[in-house]
Amino acid sequence: MPEVAQREVTFAQAIREALAEEMRRDATVCILGEDVAEAGTPFKVLSGLVEEFGKDRVLDTPISEAGFTGMAVGAAMTGLRPVVDIMFGDFITLTMDQMVNQAAKVHYMSGGRWKVPMVMRTTLGATRRSAAQHSQSLHAWFSHVPGLKVVLPSTPYDAKGLLKTAIRDENPVVFFEDKMMYKLKGPVPTEEYTIPLGVADIKREGNDITLVATSSMVQVALGASTLLEKAGISAEVIDPRTTWPLDEKTLIDSAKKTSRVIVIDEGYGRYGVTAEIASVIAEGAFYDLDAPVKRMGAMHVPIPFSPPLEDATVPTENSVFEAARALCNRN
Amino acid sequence: MTIITERSKTTTTKAEQALRMYRQMLAIRLFEERVNDLYTRALMPGLAHLYIGEEAVAVGVCEALHKDDYITSTHRGHGHCLAKGASPDRMFAELLGKEAGYCRGKGGSMHIADPATGNLGANAIVAGSVGIATGAAFAAQRLGNGRVAVCFFGEGALGQGSLYEVMNLAQLFKLPVIYVCENNLYTEYTHFSETTAGEILNRATAFGLEAAMVDGQDVRAVHEAGSRLIERARRGEGPGFLLANTYRYTGHHVGDIAREYYRPKAEEQEWKMDRDPIKNLTKWLLEQKLADSVQLSAMESELTAEMDKAVEFAVTAPYPSPEEVEQDVYA
Ligand SMILES: Cc1ncc(C[n+]2csc(CCOP(=O)(O)OP(=O)(O)O)c2C)c(N)n1
Repeated sequence: MPEVAQREVTFAQAIREALAEEMRRDATVCILGEDVAEAGTPFKVLSGLVEEFGKDRVLDTPISEAGFTGMAVGAAMTGLRPVVDIMFGDFITLTMDQMVNQAAKVHYMSGGRWKVPMVMRTTLGATRRSAAQHSQSLHAWFSHVPGLKVVLPSTPYDAKGLLKTAIRDENPVVFFEDKMMYKLKGPVPTEEYTIPLGVADIKREGNDITLVATSSMVQVALGASTLLEKAGISAEVIDPRTTWPLDEKTLIDSAKKTSRVIVIDEGYGRYGVTAEIASVIAEGAFYDLDAPVKRMGAMHVPIPFSPPLEDATVPTENSVFEAARALCNRN
Repeated sequence: MTIITERSKTTTTKAEQALRMYRQMLAIRLFEERVNDLYTRALMPGLAHLYIGEEAVAVGVCEALHKDDYITSTHRGHGHCLAKGASPDRMFAELLGKEAGYCRGKGGSMHIADPATGNLGANAIVAGSVGIATGAAFAAQRLGNGRVAVCFFGEGALGQGSLYEVMNLAQLFKLPVIYVCENNLYTEYTHFSETTAGEILNRATAFGLEAAMVDGQDVRAVHEAGSRLIERARRGEGPGFLLANTYRYTGHHVGDIAREYYRPKAEEQEWKMDRDPIKNLTKWLLEQKLADSVQLSAMESELTAEMDKAVEFAVTAPYPSPEEVEQDVYA
């Protein structure tokens, strides 16, 4: 990589750059959402975009998640590439009919004749002391629905490359950003790049155990792997990057190599992303496994407000470290 | 707000236009009679919601649209699709789940969609397409292509909050969209007065939409009122709302036979005898000497032959091959 490529930007900046580049490249890309223009969203992720692209392309909407998501579906069918901003992932519940019964179905139901090239950007992740209605990680809901694609970036580099691809995709894509990662810095090249959907990334190579992790849990898994290394356990960290399409092969190959797997995702485990990935690995690598696939996710409770309670609900470097040690019979 | 009286006073409608609307209404009725027949002969799977009695609404409005304007439709959608230009053979084929259907058999009666005629799709979620139609108007405005979008829905959709979200958005953005409420008095098996508080038009005027009420059994009145709203929307003067008072002659769906617990036979008779849109237009055409009965029956014979041929086409058309099931989930 050339030297300029070593610059570091935040996760938020990476997302902003992806949007700006795609909006420069394609005049049909526009942003719809609450407080997205001058305010640049409460997280300031979109700051500066309205100044460059104007209020015709960065549109403040009323607090009508179903309404403007529905509009995005229709606009995507008829020549625009809208990116809708759903401030908190918890509010995707308000858009369910538009996403599940409309966006996801239009292409199939029309026998392939209409397309819905839209992106929904939203957040996930707890530990911001935001309580039960602003802290959920509900990406499993959309991952369950044929017709939708679901992206979970874990680094600024991935966020930028994946978002650019999502905007160019001909299908409805839901893009979940962990709100606790917006300030996370990482290397992002200045030159243009994209990352395909459906290709997992090996974030760290290892031999003794595979940690499959998504979104900010990748950072947790990387932290845990450093601790594991000190304990003499070599962990491989794999980030599927998209829950659908899912790169099953990379997951299974790693499981075959290490023979032990923990799947870590911040959503609820029951009927969730970890359940699906564990099942894919169990089916694909059964005869090579030395232990049952372990799953770690949010506790099955509404996310509580009180800090010590909330902190207990999500996997941490330490809890992953302990679980990995136990799975490797080293405790 | 304008109230168009039950019988439009003017006779400005051109002869060809009146005859074209006559032909289209008759085509829809003959189409629906054959749907009824196919369904009762167990040749049509699923459900069939007939548009018989309501033909003037779709025809009057669509007569005012250009081919590349957009519509969205409902579970009771055959009339809208035909009026927008769909051809009966591929419609029947879709209703029977055949590969030659508009959606390759994947949509069926409640999901006919056709980009070639601007049909964004019929929708089986009550009010499910209000966002799509509004979004198509948004795209038309942004792309400056001069198109308008018409959103057809039954009065049952007045119960859905999403309608109010998009009417607010449409007015804020001055979108070229017209919401056409077909009040056929019953939402399934319940009189609308039991589900609808206040005045229907006030819902639209509250947001500043240009609203009009029209006798939905008078195709010329529908056309006149529809044209006015459509043309002002096309000029960039903002969204409109058309309330068309109408009646479905048959059950909510084919098979809804015992209806007396929700509406009296006498009421049905009255609408059929005194307020039939085709009879009314026939009478007017004859009175105005714009057509004679020989000409009108020749038209009927011609349409009958066309419909019978279309049914034959659909009945003998092949089903999609089983491999099709996984096609077009993603674009
Ligand atoms: C969201 C939703 N709720 C309920 C239904 C079941 N349903 C189908 S048609 C219908 C009545 C619709 O009445 P209206 O909108 O007036 O249309 P009409 O059938 O009279 O043409 C209902 C309740 C549905 N399809 N979608």
